[in-house]
Amino acid sequence: MTDRDHEASLRQRLSGLSRLPLLRGARLNGEAHRLEKQLERLRKDTSDEAIWRSVELARHPDRPYTLDYVERMIDDWVELHGDRGRADDGALVTGIGKLDGRAVALVGHQKGRDIKERLDRQFGMPYPEGYVKAMRVMELANRFGFPVISLVDTPGAYPGVAAEQHGQGGAIARSQALMARLTVPTVACVIGEGSSGGAVAIAVSDRVLMQENAVYTVITPEGAAAILWRDAGEARKAAAAWKPDAMHCLEMGVIDGVVPEPDEGAQKDHDEAARLLKTALVEALEELEDTPGEELRRRRRAKFRGMGVYA
Amino acid sequence: MSEPRFEVQVEHRHAPVQAEAKHPNTCPKCGSHYRDDELAAALWVCGQCAHHFPMGARARIEWYADAGSFQEEAADVRSDDPLDFFDLKPYAERLSEAELNTGLGEAILIGQATLDGHPVELAVMDFAFMGGSMGSAVGEKFSRACDSALERGVPLLSVTSSGGARMQEGILSLMQMPKTVCAIEELHDASLPVFTVLTHPTTGGLLASYASLGDVTIAEPGALIAFTGPRVVQQTTKEKLPDDFALAEQNLRFGHVDAIVPRPEQRPYLSRLLRVFA
Repeated sequence: MTDRDHEASLRQRLSGLSRLPLLRGARLNGEAHRLEKQLERLRKDTSDEAIWRSVELARHPDRPYTLDYVERMIDDWVELHGDRGRADDGALVTGIGKLDGRAVALVGHQKGRDIKERLDRQFGMPYPEGYVKAMRVMELANRFGFPVISLVDTPGAYPGVAAEQHGQGGAIARSQALMARLTVPTVACVIGEGSSGGAVAIAVSDRVLMQENAVYTVITPEGAAAILWRDAGEARKAAAAWKPDAMHCLEMGVIDGVVPEPDEGAQKDHDEAARLLKTALVEALEELEDTPGEELRRRRRAKFRGMGVYA
Repeated sequence: MSEPRFEVQVEHRHAPVQAEAKHPNTCPKCGSHYRDDELAAALWVCGQCAHHFPMGARARIEWYADAGSFQEEAADVRSDDPLDFFDLKPYAERLSEAELNTGLGEAILIGQATLDGHPVELAVMDFAFMGGSMGSAVGEKFSRACDSALERGVPLLSVTSSGGARMQEGILSLMQMPKTVCAIEELHDASLPVFTVLTHPTTGGLLASYASLGDVTIAEPGALIAFTGPRVVQQTTKEKLPDDFALAEQNLRFGHVDAIVPRPEQRPYLSRLLRVFA
């Protein structure tokens, strides 16, 4: 088998798995070596060590956060604050601006860089007010026909007394329901950790992408280990059992594509990470833009309805 | 008023207090003990203190549905084990144990029925099957209940009881949240009413998905209704919890449910709703 045939067969296997033509970003850029490397990873069947490396990189303190990407990708950015009822939640930022010339709305979890900012933003764990704010901005986007970009990066929704009293569960449910109703194109990308309902609340999108070293899980590995092995120290074991890395999520049909990162991870080069992410987002939007809103909504619902493995 | 009691607590430094294993028919609140037939006749509500014992899905359906009207659907849908998951025990073994112990194929029963002559679609969860957790099979069965309601143009009556997502299915269990949300949105679009009864406990991914999207939502007295339960909130935030934290009563006070309806009043309440929406 020639190299070309080999690559073609890998591509074919991948497209069969993800029901999509190719890894995003890689195709447009013609970055053959990157594609080759990612396909290689997939072919090798990601090892437990590689999965844990993703978990570590996804939570790396120098990894770019939502506002780092906004700064590099979005022109004419206008951040919108407040849920118009109770508060402005710093753990979830929302705003409008231009992505490659088109007006978009963007919602995204935001962790903090230093201790003070981390506390102010609750380590990226939104209160219900954060989701209400996101819903307000998504409704605005729907009114004006702006596509909605979601950047997912949270250990989960905030687990506190006030959060429960203000209706955390209901807010997450209604945010998903709203996303299932939107008639504008929607693209989400997990840019770090996507954990639990707090993540999926803003990721019921036409296209859900993951960065190469991001993780998408039902609960953090520590939380999982505490529940299932009654020992938070078993996080590595939990991560290996869950396979929360991008390649496995693609294989399970949970996401639609993988966004490449700079060598050794997004934390090494924020500008390059942003360029790759922007390319992937623009490509996904271009695919969706000609489809009528009703049809987008129908396909979006059908996609999520098809998820799961049962006998 | 209860009788005055003297409480003496001794703190042991090393010996953890072992939770006393109580008989399932002994009321955890007042200690009254009942025979099986007594409890069944009282809809599993304590005659002394009105504590609501857990009620199985089959018993509830038998009680809600007009005699002989229930026709089960999607009874053959079973969970699969996509991750070959193994924690302290293989997931496959947990599934077979749950099926043997409960006589249920999954943590939810769905089907057509009538309630006081009104046709409805029922989707009733059972906590006894792996804590009512939602994996792919539960998500699929709930979605099929929505399809069935849509096809026949009837209201959906959903009863929830669940600890949340089924951890053993990893990310696929998380995806059952948007899946069931998308299914229920079809009913909202078609103006078909969804009635939700939240029973003890309804937490995590269940509360953060279809359980919160009813047109009318009622709760059973004393039911725990939370995204994050009290134990985890306490552990992670070290906050002092209010006495009725995350219970139905607090949820009513903060505006998250329409009413708290004790079991004996539920059937007439639901019947009234069905008449209004008929």
